[in-house]
Amino acid sequence: MGNPMKIRASAKDGVTEIKILMSHEMETGQRKDANGTVIPAWFINEITAKLDGKTVMQAQWGPSISKNPYLAFKVKGGKAGDKVSVTWVDNRGDTRTDEAAVT
Amino acid sequence: MTQAVMERRQVLTFLGALAAAGFVAPQAAFANWDKTAFDAKTMDDALKALGAGTPANSGDVQIVASDIAENGAVVPVQAVSRLPNTERIAILVEKNPNMLAAAFDMAPDTIPEVTARIKMGQTSNVTVLVKADGKFYAASKEIKVTLGGCGG
Repeated sequence: MGNPMKIRASAKDGVTEIKILMSHEMETGQRKDANGTVIPAWFINEITAKLDGKTVMQAQWGPSISKNPYLAFKVKGGKAGDKVSVTWVDNRGDTRTDEAAVT
Repeated sequence: MTQAVMERRQVLTFLGALAAAGFVAPQAAFANWDKTAFDAKTMDDALKALGAGTPANSGDVQIVASDIAENGAVVPVQAVSRLPNTERIAILVEKNPNMLAAAFDMAPDTIPEVTARIKMGQTSNVTVLVKADGKFYAASKEIKVTLGGCGG
């Protein structure tokens, strides 16, 4: 399940800015532990963000996104009270969805 | 029971058997994730997998990032496209083991400006690839890394 995401969304002058901070290890699969064993890759590879039920952004990620990923973008439209919903899926098939209201 | 239902059941059983036997990698479960593009080890392969061929350099594509990243594990990068009908923005790091870091697909109402934090193993050119109106455009910027982000 992973830990909750932090989602901030604010509407100003007809544009909604959405900022998301996810909690994930984002292991590359390149690193080795103290015994020289490769640590298997473990990363978020798909993200879907919805504003007011409409998909506004779909992203595909590789392991070279930083640990505890941050994502920010802007959408035309949206108003205070609209619901933002973000879902991620990682390469182990784990998934998490969090929601926030636009302020 | 109709024949169609029978066939579907057989197909499902077959896929299940494949997965159980380990022939289907876990990633294959996510139909959308572009494994070929993310596995690409060279710039040409990555661009080919993304269907970009040789993208035109464009001043309407911008990378907003500092010239020097102190910590390669966390390099903030903003990719901006001023091109109309931008459908997709991808971020590629030339000297990472796998070039492609991320691909963002925009809805028509989404402003083509995304900010993310990427890992960089060493000083490298970072390329932003933009697909707008079915055509590909790119811009590159060198970001110097003083401490690599992909070591152990």
